[in-house]
Amino acid sequence: MAVPTLRCGFSGSRWTFALVDRGCRHRTVATFNWIRGQSSVAQQPLHTAQKPRKGAQEWAAVVGLEIHAQISSNSKLFSGAEVRFAAPPNSLVSFFDASLPGTLPVLNRRCVEAAVMTGLALNCHINQKSLFDRKHYFYADLPAGYQITQQRLPIAVNGNLAYSICVGKQQREITKTVRVKQIQLEQDSGKSLHDDLRSQTLVDLNRAGVGLLEVVLEPDLSCGEEAATVVRELQLILQALGTSQANMAEGQLRVDANVSVHHPGEPLGVRTEVKNLNSIRFLAKAIDYEIQRQISELENGGEILNETRSFDYKLGCTVPMRDKEGKQDYRFMPEPNLPPLLLYDSTSLPAGADPQQVIDIDRIRETLPELPSETRARLVQQYGMLPEHSFTLLNEVGLLEFFQNVIKETRAEPKKVVSWVLNTFLGYLKQQNLAVSESPVPPSALAELLDLLHTRAISSAAAKQVFEELWKSPGKPPAQIVSEKQLGLLQDREALEELCRATLDGHPQVVGAGRRGPRCCGHRRPVPSAVPSLPLPALYYRTQGSYNYFSCRRDSTPSEP
Amino acid sequence: MLGRTLREVSVALKRGQVTPTELCQKCLALIQKTKFLNAYITVSEEAALKQAEASEKRYKKGQSLGDLDGIPVAVKDNFSTTGIETTCASNMLKGYVPPYNATVVQKLLDQGALLMGKTNLDEFAMGSGSTDGVFGPVKNPWSYSKQYREKRKQKPRDENDSDWLITGGSSGGSAAAVSAFTCFAALGSDTGGSTRNPAAHCGLIGFKPSYGLVSRHGLIPLVNSMDVPGILTRCVDDTAIVLGVLAGHDPKDSTTVQGPVNSFLLPSLTDVSKLCIGIPKEYLVPELSPEVRSLWSKAADLFDSEGAKVKEVSLPHTCYSIVCYHVLCTSEVASNMARFDGLEYGHRCDIDISTEAMYATTRREGFNDVVRGRILSGNFFLLKENYEDYFIKAQKVRRLIANDFVNVFNSGVDVLLTPTTLREAVPYLEFIQEDNRTRSAQDDIFTQAVNMAGLPAVNIPVALSRQGLPIGLQFIGPAFCDQQLLTVAKWFEQQVQFPVIQLEELMDDCSSVLANEKLASVSLKQQ
Repeated sequence: MAVPTLRCGFSGSRWTFALVDRGCRHRTVATFNWIRGQSSVAQQPLHTAQKPRKGAQEWAAVVGLEIHAQISSNSKLFSGAEVRFAAPPNSLVSFFDASLPGTLPVLNRRCVEAAVMTGLALNCHINQKSLFDRKHYFYADLPAGYQITQQRLPIAVNGNLAYSICVGKQQREITKTVRVKQIQLEQDSGKSLHDDLRSQTLVDLNRAGVGLLEVVLEPDLSCGEEAATVVRELQLILQALGTSQANMAEGQLRVDANVSVHHPGEPLGVRTEVKNLNSIRFLAKAIDYEIQRQISELENGGEILNETRSFDYKLGCTVPMRDKEGKQDYRFMPEPNLPPLLLYDSTSLPAGADPQQVIDIDRIRETLPELPSETRARLVQQYGMLPEHSFTLLNEVGLLEFFQNVIKETRAEPKKVVSWVLNTFLGYLKQQNLAVSESPVPPSALAELLDLLHTRAISSAAAKQVFEELWKSPGKPPAQIVSEKQLGLLQDREALEELCRATLDGHPQVVGAGRRGPRCCGHRRPVPSAVPSLPLPALYYRTQGSYNYFSCRRDSTPSEP
Repeated sequence: MLGRTLREVSVALKRGQVTPTELCQKCLALIQKTKFLNAYITVSEEAALKQAEASEKRYKKGQSLGDLDGIPVAVKDNFSTTGIETTCASNMLKGYVPPYNATVVQKLLDQGALLMGKTNLDEFAMGSGSTDGVFGPVKNPWSYSKQYREKRKQKPRDENDSDWLITGGSSGGSAAAVSAFTCFAALGSDTGGSTRNPAAHCGLIGFKPSYGLVSRHGLIPLVNSMDVPGILTRCVDDTAIVLGVLAGHDPKDSTTVQGPVNSFLLPSLTDVSKLCIGIPKEYLVPELSPEVRSLWSKAADLFDSEGAKVKEVSLPHTCYSIVCYHVLCTSEVASNMARFDGLEYGHRCDIDISTEAMYATTRREGFNDVVRGRILSGNFFLLKENYEDYFIKAQKVRRLIANDFVNVFNSGVDVLLTPTTLREAVPYLEFIQEDNRTRSAQDDIFTQAVNMAGLPAVNIPVALSRQGLPIGLQFIGPAFCDQQLLTVAKWFEQQVQFPVIQLEELMDDCSSVLANEKLASVSLKQQ
């Protein structure tokens, strides 16, 4: 059964959840803060239920996320086996990964550094002592029968992640914060492939033991849109740090969502866990669907079960997961084969310590790259672009780099570059569903084109044509296209005057009409009332050898009397 | 030649008085002859002869690798050995051939030692008798010794052979192998006394190093936080030689200590007057046999008479050690055994209805009752609702037990002197009257707290009982003072002159054994 997903202004639904950025009504619930427990982080509710009809109560949704990011490292968290996506099955498996008896875990320094970097980037407190634990459950792709994780004392705690969303009709950008409960290091599992036909399960252990960062967020979110924005921001941060490739399609970033609904002022509702969210779009859809489902369920006198549900992206709904029935007791226990993980900062670093043997948090802090929020602020400040433009530049994979490469090579105004990259270039990409890396137009070509525009060798409209040509026949220099297609602006004043004269002479009726009044001339823009006062040099250009278009250039050269 | 110590035979090899191949063949012949002891699960004859050949070449070229080159050794069957089946005496691992060597095995081989085979044990080292393995119980060579048979007025090996003695355990196979002269040193493992206990029953040196001194990589775990590879030899100097080879940081075991390891060569003490020997009063329990008790006090008197300070000390939390151990051990066992699911290696049942059904049947078929019982208790203790009450509490008690030792050593005590076992080895038929759990709880009473604290400890055979069976005493030292501990043990060993086991009737090659016979010192002889 197909169930409609949550929509703004969804007519016929009593309990419509307003996605605030779509201009729906929303109101502040004064008691909202208690949802966040003892938190002192005052948060404006982003998303609350619409004002209910008389006699009915409104609903609030609470969403928490658990995000697993695969650490980008050469070898696994506790073994020397290589980490590589899409390698032949069971080709990257050490004795430890296959849980051969007697093998012991040896912690990968790179994974610890990645966790510290990520923790610092998310404003976490880095625990100078953290511990590893075993989490037990039987599953075919978990060879040891337990996962090594950090349950008692994780490597990083108490952070926060700022994200921005646009609200209201004006798309006003507001910045919000979600608290990061903890970041823990843990092992990934292998992969099970169920062959129902032969009732077999095939197990691939290539992924078993790969390092994961589990980022646990406090339930500070209230809708799918928010969750999607947060995950996207985290993805950008991880990619900027290089701690994870965070590619959801390749499973390097996996998100589970805990969702519950309740009446504001009342205790939190029973929560469900939604798994199998392999894209940001589905994440938002699944959460919004689940919120809606829970409300409908409760409205109809039903109850919410504490269960794990899976998002069926074909049906667009969440369904209970069968193999996760029954409450698991993971029988946590300290991992006895790994001593406590000790980190140091400049104050606690033992004198004369071998840098190879210790991890210095402060040194890692110094090497942190520019984070997305800083990049955006820099872009706004340096190039005078609008904040939303800086978001778009970062959100599209590779677009920022493309933009920066264009900027480097062109003399054109940054604002111009922003406009061309975000409107023209991105428009073409979207239209053809291409990634930046697949673009036929390299940054250097766009830079050259913008230079031609900047030096007024071509008009803006001609530039668009050149761009289209660049797209169609990659590799051709823009200047060549301009000359081949004769798209260059006429720079010779006399020739231009001659041209104007000839044109006017050739169209006496139009000229006559023009003299009588601009309204009659058939052009949208008012034509200057007197022919001699046409702005010069005018902006006629030729296409395919014939004059076929009139145009005026705004903010062009001073007109002559 | 086989009756000599490792050090003596090493000298003989260097002098060319015997070749590694001769030595290897003699040991193999003796293994064959003593097969009824059930000391070995696998005899790696072919590999050992090849190793001997290689060693012989080195000796001929004058390129000996050291004291262990050409020396026959045996390894408990819970250490992984490349290409040699490693079973843990369990159906679960029957047929499992590891693709890698345990670090300690590799180190022995790198020194040129000859690996004679893999020795018997209780299944997954869970036991104190070496009676609960799938390959059957190990028989104590002392059952067939002249000393014991004469006292019992029995023939060396009577027809029905029903009153043989247990070796103790769980490293009973290793102890029997060394005791019966089939090798010069053997590796055991020690989690609660599994090396020291059979050493005491078989009249051997049984050494448990400090936790973290010797790598556990490749040792199939019982309790990771307490397991250590143990060393069984016929004299303390031999133990020191082997320890010197095994000790040191292993990048594959994160719990081994960093930093250089000092030599373990032991000086000969002539003066013990600066030593302070602690006698823990809690170890004087009613169950202690009068003979052991008497030997213990004589040993204390010996130190006293030689000028050492002997003082009574208290380890007040020792009495909680067994129950605490039970919780911690079974919990780790439950966890460690989770990997045996029949998927990657080892036994797999024929059931294929579902993965879960396959797991359940595989594990039921693969594990014996002892292992299954411990898995069940362990999982109970680890349940969320029980975790605080059992596991956490046991961990706190463990800390108290460890602190007891720290306090005693901080008060100026150099080593502790205690019994190793309550009594000498008992006949198998008597031993099996009690279940494994009761036996383990009783037999580990003096040895097991040491594992809680990670300390080094060693069994030194002291004298024969009235029945003609070995009795040992235990020395316990502060953490990482292994060499100091062994130095004291060596002095004591020289004082007591423990007699060599007389197995003449079992062996053709008795002359060399006889030639090395020593008499027990008068001072410690039983009255």
